[in-house]
Amino acid sequence: MSLHLRNVRKSYRQPDGTPVPVLGIESFSIDQAEQVALVGASGGGKTTLLNIISGILVPDSGDVIVDNNNVATMPEVVRDRFRASRIGIVFQTFNLLPGFTALENVLLGMSFSGQQVDRNFATSLLERVGLSHRLNNIPQRLSVGEQQRVAVARALANKPALLLADEPTANVDPENQQIVLDLICETCREHKVSLLMVTHDLNVAESLDRVDKLDSFNNPELCRQEVSS
Amino acid sequence: MSVLAIAWKSIRQRALASSLTSLSIALGVMLMVVVLTISAAIEKAFDQTSVGYDLIVGPQGSDLQLVLSAVYRIQPPIENIPYQYLKTLRDDRRITAAVPLLFGDVTEEGAFPIVGTTPQYFELDYATNRSFRIRGKRINSFFDAIIGSEVARANGWDLGSQFTIRHGGAEGTHVHDEKFTVVAILEQTQTANDRTVFLNVEGFYAIAGHEKPLDEVEDRLRKFYGSEPDVLAELLTELDAHKAHLAEDEASGVSHDHHDHSHETPDCMKELTSVLVRTRSPADAIFLQADINKSFQARAVNPIRPIRKLMDNVLGNIRKALVVLTAMIIIVSGVSIFVSIYNSMSDRRREIGVMRALGASRTAVFSIVLAESTLLCLGGGVFGWLIGHGLTIAAAPAVIARTGLLLDAWAVTPWEFILFPVLLVLAIVVGFLPALTAYRTNVADALQG
Repeated sequence: MSLHLRNVRKSYRQPDGTPVPVLGIESFSIDQAEQVALVGASGGGKTTLLNIISGILVPDSGDVIVDNNNVATMPEVVRDRFRASRIGIVFQTFNLLPGFTALENVLLGMSFSGQQVDRNFATSLLERVGLSHRLNNIPQRLSVGEQQRVAVARALANKPALLLADEPTANVDPENQQIVLDLICETCREHKVSLLMVTHDLNVAESLDRVDKLDSFNNPELCRQEVSS
Repeated sequence: MSVLAIAWKSIRQRALASSLTSLSIALGVMLMVVVLTISAAIEKAFDQTSVGYDLIVGPQGSDLQLVLSAVYRIQPPIENIPYQYLKTLRDDRRITAAVPLLFGDVTEEGAFPIVGTTPQYFELDYATNRSFRIRGKRINSFFDAIIGSEVARANGWDLGSQFTIRHGGAEGTHVHDEKFTVVAILEQTQTANDRTVFLNVEGFYAIAGHEKPLDEVEDRLRKFYGSEPDVLAELLTELDAHKAHLAEDEASGVSHDHHDHSHETPDCMKELTSVLVRTRSPADAIFLQADINKSFQARAVNPIRPIRKLMDNVLGNIRKALVVLTAMIIIVSGVSIFVSIYNSMSDRRREIGVMRALGASRTAVFSIVLAESTLLCLGGGVFGWLIGHGLTIAAAPAVIARTGLLLDAWAVTPWEFILFPVLLVLAIVVGFLPALTAYRTNVADALQG
C-alpha cells in the first residue's frame, strides 16, 4: 500500500481562535501504482488533504502512512527530506521557478532529496515528456502545456512512491489537457507510482482507476466531536 | 544543485537590482582599496627604515623641507651651504660618512630631479640593510649619469641614452647645453632614488651657469663663517687667488664656460644643498645634531622625526578619516543589499514555498538567501578590489609624475586581508533578516498566494 490515512483530523483556527474543522477522515488508502481521482466541492479540503499527505501541513491527529512511513509523526526536517525523495507534487499553476531552465527546474527537484543529482535521468525525463529540444529554455519561453510537462518531469525526478497532482490540467488549454493527463498517467504506470489527482473535471477523473469524492470519506464534524470529547 | 548555484540563479533572475546593489559595494571597496593603497604608499615612502642616514645637514630653515628635499626630493632645496662645511663635518670623529648632495635641476624629459653626489652615495646602504644594486658601470667622467629605475622606465632610457637637464626645475627655465649619458641604472629601491638622476658632484659644478657670481660667493662666505675668522680668511684668500686666475684667463681670452675648465672650480666657490651624515652611534647623532644647531651656521635634522610628526599629526588623521568614510559607504551599500533582498522577499514568497514543497528544508532556504547576500557582498567586494587596484595601476604613472609617490598598485595592505572577512560578516548581518523571513515562510500559505 502506498498511502493510508487513519483517523486524520485537521481544523484551522479563525483569528478569534474559533476552530474551523476541515478534515475528519477515518480511513483512506491508495494501493501501489493505483491512480485515484479525488473530486469534491471547492473549499472542501482537497488541497489541505494533499498538503497533509505531502507533509507540508501536519494533521491535528491521526496517521498519514506513505510508503510505510508515518509522515504525521516525523520531525519537520525528516518530513522535508521524505517529501523530496518519496513524494512528487504537480501544481495547478505549475510553479516552475522562473530563473531556472527546464532542465534546472527538474534538477532542483532532485537537489533537496539528499541523493546524488542525476543529470542524465533528468534529461531522459524531459525527453520522455517530449521536451528534449527545450532543455535550456526558461519557463517564460515555454508554452503552458510545455510548462506543465516540465512540472510533471520535476515531480517524477526523485522516482517517488506517490504523485500528488492538484488540478494539473486546469490551467492547460484543451489541446494540451489530454497530453498532460496521458503523460502523468503513463509515466506513473511506467514507474509504478501511485497517483492521487485532485480534479473538477469528471472526464479526467473517470480516466483514472478510481474516483473518490472527498465528501464520501471526509466528515469534518469528527473534528468537532473530538474537540468536545 | 548546490545552495550557491541556486542563490546565483536567483541573483541572475533579478540581474539589474542585484548588479546595482553589488556595484554599490564595489564602489565602496574600490574607494577603500585606493585609500589604503595610496596611504600605504605614502607610509612606505616616508617609512623610517627607508632612510639610511642618521642626520641631514643643510642650511638654516624648515626641518621638514630639508628632509623632503634631501631625502624625498619632493620639495625645492632651501638654500646652499659652503663646500668647506663638508670638510668640517668629515673631520668630525663622530661621523663615519658624510655624503654631499647638490640639487635643484630636473631632467628636461619627465622633470625627474637631478642630484649631484659622490660614488660613496651608492656604496652605503640606502636603507637599513638594503644596498644599491646597479646595472652598468661607475661614473668616470663629468657627464656620466646613474638613473633610477622609474626614470629609466618612464623615459624609456637605457645604458648609453643621452639627455639634457633643465635649470632650476621650473617649466620654461633654461635648458643646459651639456648632454649627459646614462652609464648605470639602479634596480628598484621603492624610494625616491627610483625617480632620481644622479650626476657626479664635479659634473654638477661643471654645468655652465652653476657657478655663482664671485661677489655673491664672498658675501655668503662672510655670512656663514662670520664667527670663524680663521676659516673665513683662508677661504677668502683662496677666492682672491681664483679671482686673479680668472682675470688672467680673461686677459688671455680663455672661456670658463668650457667643460674642460670645470675641474678648476676651487672649493671656496663650491656649494652644497645638503649633506647626508652617518654617525658612529645614535648617541653621537644626538650630540652632533645639538652641536651643529647650536652654531647657527647650518641645520642638522633627524630624517625620521619631522616625517613621523607629519604622518602622525596630519596624514595619519586624514587616512583614518578616509578609511572611516569608505567603511561607512560600504555599510550603506550593505544596507542597500538588505533593502533589495528584503523587498524581494514578498515577490519570492511563492518561489520559496515551491522550494519547500519540493523538499527544501527551512535551513536550506535560509542558506540560499544568506548565500545570495554573501555572493552580492563578496562579488561586489572582489569586483571593487580589482577596480581599486586597476585604478591605482592606471593612475600610478600620473601620481608618480605629479607627486613622486611610487604606487605599488598590487601590493596588498594588511587592511585588505581584513576587508573580506568584514564583508562576509556584513553579508551575514544584512542577509540574516531576509533569510529569517524565508525560514519562517508558511509553505501552504505561500503556495496559495
